[in-house]
Amino acid sequence: MTFYIISISLLAFVAIYALMGVWAERKISALIQDRVGPVETGKFGLLQTFADIIKLLQKEDIVPTTADKVLFTLAPVLVFTSVFMGFAVLPFSPAYISSNINIGLFYFMAIISIEVVGILMAGWASNNKYAFLGSIRSIAQIIAYEIPAGIAVLSAVMIYQSLNLQEIAFQQGIYAKSDIYFFGFWKVNTVGGFLSWGVFQAPHLFVAAIIYFIASLAEANRTPFDIPEAESELVAGFHVEYSGFKFGALFLAEYAMMFLTSMVLVILFFGAWYSPLPNIAKVQLAEWTNGTYWGIFWILLKTLLIVVLQIWIRWTLPRFRADQLMNFCWKVLIPVSFACLFISAFWKLIVL
Amino acid sequence: MNQSVFYLLSFMTVLFALLVVFSKNPIHSALYMVLTFFTITCHYVLLNAQFLAIVNFIVYMGAIMVLILFAMMFLNLGKDTEPQKPVLLKFAAVIAAGLLLVTIFAALKKTDGGQITGIASNNIGLVKELGKTLFRDFLLPFEIISILLLSAMVGAVLLAKRDTK
Amino acid sequence: MESNFLPSDYFPIVLQLLAAIGFVGLTMLATHLVGPKRKTKDKLETFECGIEQQGDARAPISIKYFLVAILFVLFDVEVIFMYPWAVNFREMGMQGLMEMFVFIGLLLAGFVYIIKKGALDWE
Repeated sequence: MTFYIISISLLAFVAIYALMGVWAERKISALIQDRVGPVETGKFGLLQTFADIIKLLQKEDIVPTTADKVLFTLAPVLVFTSVFMGFAVLPFSPAYISSNINIGLFYFMAIISIEVVGILMAGWASNNKYAFLGSIRSIAQIIAYEIPAGIAVLSAVMIYQSLNLQEIAFQQGIYAKSDIYFFGFWKVNTVGGFLSWGVFQAPHLFVAAIIYFIASLAEANRTPFDIPEAESELVAGFHVEYSGFKFGALFLAEYAMMFLTSMVLVILFFGAWYSPLPNIAKVQLAEWTNGTYWGIFWILLKTLLIVVLQIWIRWTLPRFRADQLMNFCWKVLIPVSFACLFISAFWKLIVL
Repeated sequence: MNQSVFYLLSFMTVLFALLVVFSKNPIHSALYMVLTFFTITCHYVLLNAQFLAIVNFIVYMGAIMVLILFAMMFLNLGKDTEPQKPVLLKFAAVIAAGLLLVTIFAALKKTDGGQITGIASNNIGLVKELGKTLFRDFLLPFEIISILLLSAMVGAVLLAKRDTK
Repeated sequence: MESNFLPSDYFPIVLQLLAAIGFVGLTMLATHLVGPKRKTKDKLETFECGIEQQGDARAPISIKYFLVAILFVLFDVEVIFMYPWAVNFREMGMQGLMEMFVFIGLLLAGFVYIIKKGALDWE
């Protein structure tokens, strides 16, 4: 019955994480732009986003007269629900996973594809030109980048031979049941640590990880792929008309999406909940720092580092143009991801 | 337990399918179709056909529905531009649909329904098992699919791309 | 491990679905009831940078988006068909690899055609 607790605690976790994520985004952007960011509310402005959400909760709930009222209300529910459902299959540690289904990765891809319908609903229901354009752009971008993401994930699946996220996680460290090799020549089952992570089991997986990371930025509508909500031309994209908690739900979904895609990246390529510390002779660091609670610690640490990287990229790179965006996807990412797929096929058949 | 879930899901499937037909707004009926597909996905899960469940979810609920919604937005289905069909055409449509129903009914009557001749394995719907069957017994249809998809790709490009000369 | 996966494994997912819908739905309802209601005609107009609303927002979209959607459907189907192969291609060995390469080869031929035709160039 642990999954009852896990499901409910996941909801609380997502809410708190999103609030802290907004705070972190503001602090990091301030650091990058040489400002101080929020400082007034609480120590280091830590309570700023809590104050913001309380403000958001008591705002007036506005539905434009020309909007489709039912769809306008349902869209945030659908977007948030679909993103949150993705959390159900993520293994947080060797023991904690909400739903250990054996097609977890497939399920994750499915969840991402359903978020698109929610965004389209929001844009169409608003009956606002900016929202409509934003949602159409957003969808074209998400579906285009889903292809390289899918192929990059596929090349990782070929190495692990499984679609169960927990099984994939197990194969990247000292608890692995099958033999794992560092770059195909050095058996690292007993050494563990970062040497046995996915990206070090086969070198081309590093390329696949980068492709997946870029695609995940596009899927979460983050800069440099934020033409759907380009402030200077579309005001705010598909959620222009949203206010109050409906806007809050969409915002929550965006930050939850960042976490979700980052966590899948960590699970597939960066050793899931395994500790990065290897066993060195007598110093059994991997043995000491792995386990149920350590697992939660490591996976959250790694995932949050990826989230910080996403925030860092947002405040560093300028926005792509629509044509650059599409060219980059079709002419760079997809051919490279196919190359990864071919290398994966030969790697598993010939090197091992 | 399983049976009651099945009846609940079937009821919802039929309900949403009817709503697809009866809702006035084309976007609404498309979204009801999403719900119909979702309940069908749940049916597949109940049958332990995981691969089909996910294909139904990703391809139909995600990809095809976006395509249909895009097509609707593309056609500009405003209220005042909705063409009114003449009565004769409506009458013809009813007759055609009725004939189709009769044909389907007659065809189904011939089959000996309810005789399930045991599936080889309970796990045939799992991705791994299905892959083995697909690549051993159904290889030719599988390769033909790729030709079908290729022709669809070429056709889409030819239709959508204006020749710039 | 493969043999004992049952539909009941999906029960936590259903629970999570209900939890998410319940959370968002209830909070939305609560904020709707709690929040102030001072509706004016101008406030309920859709936002258009301050000027009066012009026409309907649901205008026809460019065909390029539609083309992207069609190509996405096709590629998505192909990628999905690769998964059953990817999870057990090791057992199938070289033969399975060749079978799949024919499949991917035809897909890549289509891909090269799309690129050469310039179907995805956004002028």
